[in-house]
Amino acid sequence: MAILVVAEHDNAHLSDATNKTVTAALKMGGDVDVLVAGENAGDVAAEAAKIEGVRTVLHADGPTLAKQLAEAMQALIVPLMGDYDAVLAPATTSGKNFMPRVAAALDVMQISEIVSVLAPDTFVRPIYAGNAMQTVKSTDKIKVITVRPTAFDAAGNGGSASVKSIDAPAGPFKSAFVSEELTQSDRPELTAAKIVISGGRGMGSGENFAMIERIADKLGAAVGASRAAVDAGFVPNDYQVGQTGKVVAPELYIAVGISGAIQHLAGMKDSKVIVAINKDEDAPIFQVADYGLVADLFKALPELEEAL
Amino acid sequence: MKVLVPVKRVIDYNVKARVKPDGSGVDLANVKMSMNPFGEIAVEEAVRLKEKGVVSEIVVVSIGPTQAQETIRTALAMGADRGILIQTDEAVEPLSVAKLLKAVVEEEKPELAILGKQAIDDDANQTGQMLAALLDWPQGTFASELEIADGKAKITREIDGGLQTLAVELPAVITTDLRLNEPRYASLPNIMKAKRKPIDMKTPDDYGVALETRLEQIKVEEPPKRQAGVIVESVTELVDKLKNEAGVI
Repeated sequence: MAILVVAEHDNAHLSDATNKTVTAALKMGGDVDVLVAGENAGDVAAEAAKIEGVRTVLHADGPTLAKQLAEAMQALIVPLMGDYDAVLAPATTSGKNFMPRVAAALDVMQISEIVSVLAPDTFVRPIYAGNAMQTVKSTDKIKVITVRPTAFDAAGNGGSASVKSIDAPAGPFKSAFVSEELTQSDRPELTAAKIVISGGRGMGSGENFAMIERIADKLGAAVGASRAAVDAGFVPNDYQVGQTGKVVAPELYIAVGISGAIQHLAGMKDSKVIVAINKDEDAPIFQVADYGLVADLFKALPELEEAL
Repeated sequence: MKVLVPVKRVIDYNVKARVKPDGSGVDLANVKMSMNPFGEIAVEEAVRLKEKGVVSEIVVVSIGPTQAQETIRTALAMGADRGILIQTDEAVEPLSVAKLLKAVVEEEKPELAILGKQAIDDDANQTGQMLAALLDWPQGTFASELEIADGKAKITREIDGGLQTLAVELPAVITTDLRLNEPRYASLPNIMKAKRKPIDMKTPDDYGVALETRLEQIKVEEPPKRQAGVIVESVTELVDKLKNEAGVI
């Protein structure tokens, strides 16, 4: 069995989600290769070659792959699948964008966002916002799978795979990159952080998130938010934790002013320790919290900052 | 320009899904069903494009049981022009849905298909992308802004790092994210009007698509339950517990 893992990166650095996806691939058994598709992404290919358990890194480099747009990724991956039994990518917005195209082009059903590998063809995945876990067996010859990174440990970086260059698709494609507005932050990335502190509608305004940010900086934490806080414009969309936002599973998750809608719980309930601070003692968030503090967040947050 | 909006009838987003004790699935008997929230956003976007004069006709299509007519009626009440129900009582996998939608596109010839990015029941997030691949159309997924001009769609997408803007040639597939718009509530007169709008009743056979099961469901289980926690009295006690009991700070 040969498995291809599509690397997640920004042309400069390899994302940890790749190492976690390699772990899922190794659980399926067989040879695992990593595909680095990008532009001027030689450093990323070199980094990927260090992932333990990887046989070969395929490196496709060219302008059509600069942003890993779905049409170009499909053109790159589909012809490679003659040599592989499965292709895996992290269930990030990038993987979720191009993988179903690959699946449809190969006439197979994608297995979305797996959290466990039971056998090379059998997987567990959350459905209904994580309120049910579905075990599925794929009857397709080629498996196309997206992997929820938080559900797997990262493969180590002690490997030394060879790097093989392959051609980038020539294009042109019917979609073109125009621009990007990326959130700049010195804090850890939300899905990789050991501690996450999130604010909800109860924060009242974007300015009040500064209280959360100061605590985040003391704890070395990432800052997240509920959908309500993002919809209200308090913080950008990439802060959203939940069923359709980011899924996080840190050591410590602190939910402040978040009531705990099922859609939010879907994105954080696998955290090791959950703290809820909310003035409404009946808020559903307390049902999943290890430590609950019924308090006005405008009093509790400054106290917490002081105490740390 | 004609736009196709596929919508799915799913468990209402306010209802907590309950796993059946025999592990055969989620109990949907006597549970409130609604249009998939992302599909509502897709309908709303199509209606807004029509109000702006960009779109001339909105065709809503649903694949599912007879009751999915109600879902189509909701879309018609929001402002869609007509509906197609591809009736089946089977659970249809996204790949088969995409194949059926491809057949509908070939018949209806829309220049745009707008879909929700994921259905809140199977959380698969793949039908739109699959449809785009089968049609060899470009795609703009997870859209938070959509502008149609000069034969192109300019799409702002919600991505992990922030926002990305793409320009794609038409025809194209767009999938909606939460912040694309806020769907309207249908007014009573529009609900009444929607009752007179046509819904074509079809079957998968009419489109020559055989429904296949590629993913065999072995079982459905409850997720692991979290242990009940404790209520602390003060910030001091909280910090103490996090340091000395949980050891996480």
